[in-house]
Amino acid sequence: MCLAVPGKVVSLEGDGTGKVDYLGTTVLANLSLLPEVKVGDWVIVHAGFAISRLDRTEARRTLKLFKELEKLNLSD
Amino acid sequence: MTPKKKSPELFAEWRSGSTVRNLLKTISGEIIAIKRPIRIMEVCGTHTMTLHRAGLKPLLREAGVEMVSGPGCPVCITPDYYHEAIINLVTSQKNILAATFGDMTRVPTARGSLQTTVPFPGSEIKIVYSPEEALELAGKNPGKEVIFFGAGFETTIPAIAHTVKKAAEKKLTNFSLLAALWLIPPAIEAILKSGEVAIDGFIYPGHVSAVIGQKAYTFVAEKFGVPGAIAGFEPADVLLGVLSVSRQIRNGRPEVSNEYRRVVRTDGNPLALTLMAEMLQPFAADWRGLGRIQNSGLKLKPAWKEYDATTRFDLKLKPSRSHISGCRCGDVLKGLIGPLDCPLFARACNPDHPLGPCMVSYEGACLIEYKYSSGEKKK
Repeated sequence: MCLAVPGKVVSLEGDGTGKVDYLGTTVLANLSLLPEVKVGDWVIVHAGFAISRLDRTEARRTLKLFKELEKLNLSD
Repeated sequence: MTPKKKSPELFAEWRSGSTVRNLLKTISGEIIAIKRPIRIMEVCGTHTMTLHRAGLKPLLREAGVEMVSGPGCPVCITPDYYHEAIINLVTSQKNILAATFGDMTRVPTARGSLQTTVPFPGSEIKIVYSPEEALELAGKNPGKEVIFFGAGFETTIPAIAHTVKKAAEKKLTNFSLLAALWLIPPAIEAILKSGEVAIDGFIYPGHVSAVIGQKAYTFVAEKFGVPGAIAGFEPADVLLGVLSVSRQIRNGRPEVSNEYRRVVRTDGNPLALTLMAEMLQPFAADWRGLGRIQNSGLKLKPAWKEYDATTRFDLKLKPSRSHISGCRCGDVLKGLIGPLDCPLFARACNPDHPLGPCMVSYEGACLIEYKYSSGEKKK
């Protein structure tokens, strides 16, 4: 089962793992498949492993698209 | 956006009612231009969950989009004989510790389930949340043979491969893997080749794609001319995927669009892919419902055979003749029927007494339908 919500990396433990916070709940995740991850990054964790880092610029781009759709639908 | 919200751009807006309404309206416009209703398969069980939980299925149907669930539930597609092999082992030998994910223990077979079976004295069955937890059990129980019965797609496979590698690094000789590892692109190809289900397009799984990348599906557009979109798991994510597929149909230009760019990169996760290629090799695997598909399963390469439970315990992984009569999980996984079309659904088969894995797994179409449907069959 995929967990849709990203978590925020709050600490790096030095052994390839890090603590990931889900709005208050912290879990230990293995970060070895994403060695570039830093504290403050948002990640997708699956079966205990972080598999992808969230790209916030892309997230904002999609949000802009939502706004454009809103304008289009209002002008109909 | 209010400053109080923590990083709302990362999920809150993807659940907003007005965004969902705008997307539905735009999709509806595309369907009007196409001049016929369309059918899209959501390959992944978590997408099925989003569609039901957010109430999107009837709204999409109204717009002219029929969503069909696909084979994206690893627990569901794992054949009974994998379960029977581990059940046989844990009931016949001492000092076996079988570790697996929770829903795997509830899958009913002709030999019962891991949950109902009585282990041999000194053996036991444990639920774990990650493969690494199974490895920890091996470290803590040196007198036991710990077998991790791991089912998963490309999302989970790197975690499992990494864990086997770690076992080797730690020289833990009492850890092995019963691999039920399945690959999504060959299954999609099998569905297209069978031609049993009319599908106008696919919503590709978001997190499988985070590992394998966008190019893995190119053949669907190029060889089969079928549109598709990678989507995330929030309601607006799934609708963005549906919108993209609708546009591709209207334009007559099938492609693999990535509507989950905040998570999925074109090339996926290269480290995860390298690890998979280093340790695992493809074979012709059996899928419940879909049958045997070339190169659709992964198993440990011979170099790692001491960590392979099938060689270590001489497990017989052969199709068994026994199956639960009447269960149509296989047809549900192919998209041939919906859960409501199965005569057992919500009658003999329900979450308290599942007759097949589609009613067991959290990603199973039958369990999801049972949880979120209006209850016309739930009496």
